[in-house]
Amino acid sequence: MDALVVAGKTYSSRLLVGTGKYKDFAQTRAAVEASGAEIVTVAIRRTNIGQNPGEPSLLEALPPSRFAILPNTAGCYSAQDAVRTLRLARELLDGHSLVKLEVLGDPHTLYPNVVETLDAARTLVKEGFEVMVYTSDDPIIAKQLEEIGCVAVMPLASLIGSGMGILNPWNLQIIIANAKVPVLVDAGVGTASDAAIAMELGCDGVLMNTAIASAKDPVLMASAMKKAVEAGREAYLAGRMAKKLYSASPSSPTGGVIVPAQNKAA
Amino acid sequence: MLSLTVNGERRRFDSPLTAAELIASLQLAGKRVALERNGEIVPRGQFDQQHLLDGDRIEIVIAVGGG
Repeated sequence: MDALVVAGKTYSSRLLVGTGKYKDFAQTRAAVEASGAEIVTVAIRRTNIGQNPGEPSLLEALPPSRFAILPNTAGCYSAQDAVRTLRLARELLDGHSLVKLEVLGDPHTLYPNVVETLDAARTLVKEGFEVMVYTSDDPIIAKQLEEIGCVAVMPLASLIGSGMGILNPWNLQIIIANAKVPVLVDAGVGTASDAAIAMELGCDGVLMNTAIASAKDPVLMASAMKKAVEAGREAYLAGRMAKKLYSASPSSPTGGVIVPAQNKAA
Repeated sequence: MLSLTVNGERRRFDSPLTAAELIASLQLAGKRVALERNGEIVPRGQFDQQHLLDGDRIEIVIAVGGG
């Protein structure tokens, strides 16, 4: 498959995965391996002081030497909180600048607050962050985020954790057609066909978490998603046939049939 | 005596301490953490020199699973 390029860096996988909602770090690692993802998202949270000091950490299971760790701002509802979280993330990851910005609007739908997102993106770009930004599927906002200097625009397919699939392929197509930076579907993918459809539309990649972590067999679903993203990308590059209601052109030869064609009019 | 708010919890210490000493006292030495003092990042390389003052608000964060 052709490579994904984000902020000048090349990645062989177009599937990006989250690391939340797994049973344990062993399952997280197994699912990430099966997905083939190179970019994996993590959240930034307060340490549980005094609890299980010997406990292994996520970054021991997914070492930054092996994976591109993409810290997110999940749980932030203001530009200020998102910026503060990513400054901490940059320090935590030794100056690493590639981040996922998401500023949420409310805790029920987790729909993005695009006003706060635009505000945070401006500050982060100015501070030298390479911002991959989660947003709504509004083509105007997507363009504005690109113009601010975000390195990738990541519209939702449907709400975070909903598994509802791609609800507005038309908006995604407009965003893709207008973008000069990679467009990745982030959120809403439920199963492999959703990921394939996103890629067939021309998305540069797909970011998902719940679709894998909440499957009955997450490791098997991770493998399915890897194939779906590859299949969708190849189908997009191959260029699909035109749709038509019916075809007067059968796939098999019209001549040489052992029973000659009947004259239906007779 | 000094009192710090660490990750939202008030904690008392008998003698002045540095960020590095706070991290050690919380059994976090050697862990990959980032620390914020009164809203400002303290770089890891400065934990040894960063003295903490009475009333400081400290946040100590790690990476956890998330989408």
